[in-house]
Amino acid sequence: MSFDALSWRGQFPLLASHPQLHYLDSAATSQICRAAFDAVGLHELGRRANVLRGTYRLAEMADAAYEDARRQVAAYLNAGSADEVVFTSGATASINLVAHAFGEGLQPGDEVALSLAEHHSNFVPWQMLRARRGVALRFLPLAADGRIDLSRLEQAVTPRCRLVAVTQASNVTGAVTDLAPLVAAARAVGARVLVDGAQAAQHGPVDVTALGCDFYAFSGHKVFAPNGVGVLWGRAAELERLPPFLGGGGMIGRVTAADTTWAPPPRRFEAGTPPIAQAVGLGAALDWLRQQPWPEMRSHGEHLLGRLLDGLEALPGLTLLGPRQPEHRLPLVSFSLAGIHPHDACQVLDQHGVAVRGGHLCAQPLMDYFGVTAAVRASLAPYNTEEDVAALLAGLEDVVRRLS
Amino acid sequence: MSAADPYQQALIDLARAGHGAGSLPAPDGSALRDSPLCGDRVRMQVRLEGGRVSALAHDVKGCLLCQAAAAMLGLHGVGLDEAGLRAARQGIAAGLAGGEAPPGWPEFALFEPVRPMRNRHGCVLLPFDALIGAIEDAGGKPPAA
Repeated sequence: MSFDALSWRGQFPLLASHPQLHYLDSAATSQICRAAFDAVGLHELGRRANVLRGTYRLAEMADAAYEDARRQVAAYLNAGSADEVVFTSGATASINLVAHAFGEGLQPGDEVALSLAEHHSNFVPWQMLRARRGVALRFLPLAADGRIDLSRLEQAVTPRCRLVAVTQASNVTGAVTDLAPLVAAARAVGARVLVDGAQAAQHGPVDVTALGCDFYAFSGHKVFAPNGVGVLWGRAAELERLPPFLGGGGMIGRVTAADTTWAPPPRRFEAGTPPIAQAVGLGAALDWLRQQPWPEMRSHGEHLLGRLLDGLEALPGLTLLGPRQPEHRLPLVSFSLAGIHPHDACQVLDQHGVAVRGGHLCAQPLMDYFGVTAAVRASLAPYNTEEDVAALLAGLEDVVRRLS
Repeated sequence: MSAADPYQQALIDLARAGHGAGSLPAPDGSALRDSPLCGDRVRMQVRLEGGRVSALAHDVKGCLLCQAAAAMLGLHGVGLDEAGLRAARQGIAAGLAGGEAPPGWPEFALFEPVRPMRNRHGCVLLPFDALIGAIEDAGGKPPAA
């Protein structure tokens, strides 16, 4: 069965109304699917009320929609229970939640292992934890192509390691992390594992049970859902052990003048009014995504990636960041052009109707590792077509002609 | 979604000319400024006489807009004091925001297509910020013997 990308594109209102737009920046923000857009509208127009507080029927309907969304997220993640799903404002908030709540239990000299390939969202919170708690950061070694060198894990995952925090797929190179050896190394020293799924979750349903991790973070806006909502999945026993991060309404058991007790997870970690409609939209998006033909969609992505890599390698002065082998990467490619700054390239590409990202991509340690200050990134989603890739390559020829 | 094209040949030529590019053997002050948005980096060195810029040199690792703005400073920065430089920076920023072109900076016309591209304004202003930083750095040091 072949996958019809144009038909899929029609499920995205912005793309359907902008047929000339070649949107290749889904790694930054994907377009919202109609299922999510409609779900948000239906909720706001028919069920808008605060959750977990009201006794009137409208509030009961809002509660049901919100908890249904939690179940939809759990299904997408193959989680053991919907109670393992914490709604946050995004992957950044999810990781910061772990850095604070899990970090509360760490002592000076304890270690957190991460890599230079992390997005700033999975890097800066650990530096901040280091400053607060005196923990040490250990960096997982990288190979020349930016992938984690699994042959030297013991350098970073030592007996003092308490947490391994690592991306499932790099937002710069697209390199997919082989998590099984990392999880095994962490388990061998009694450490927990947090996986930053911000990039990977867009490319098909996740199986946190199979991954074997303890925490998994991702954002709604990268999975064809609204902005302002994200998820922290945590293994039930792990969440139960953690103290809250933020205090406020909704996360308490009982408050007295003397003290406060905490609600059980997941509400312990959802202080204040959560992003209700956004969560409903996220649930709808993931429910719709689960029904999609992912094997065909992945084949489509691999085909486009191959065309893109072949075309890029024919351009003079282009250096690819990351592994060349398509099987080691998501359909996401970053590159530099000799003598041409990425922002200049992106601006000229915009004149061709091509939207790509340029800059340090919130990954300055990895840029330093590669010896560049910035890069151009083209990221593909299933709604992209051969025409999008062709437009990018033609635009890049113009960039090289005009700016080199 | 059409946009004006900032990459006119005159702007590219200004960037490539690199007026003021290089380094000074004994600067009175220097400063390094980074753009948090894109990672652009400008190192500016300065020598002062009577509180005014007598020589400047820049090393730009950035885009054409940043390079061209640094070259514009290479053309017109000598002779300015800190107050004059701050006023120029304010004038450039206001011009980018849609105000009048700042007097004394004829090359600003090349940057007018950048006006609707607010995320790129910082690229133009980064060399100004670096030069202000270099003057501040010089001000904190004892005068050269």
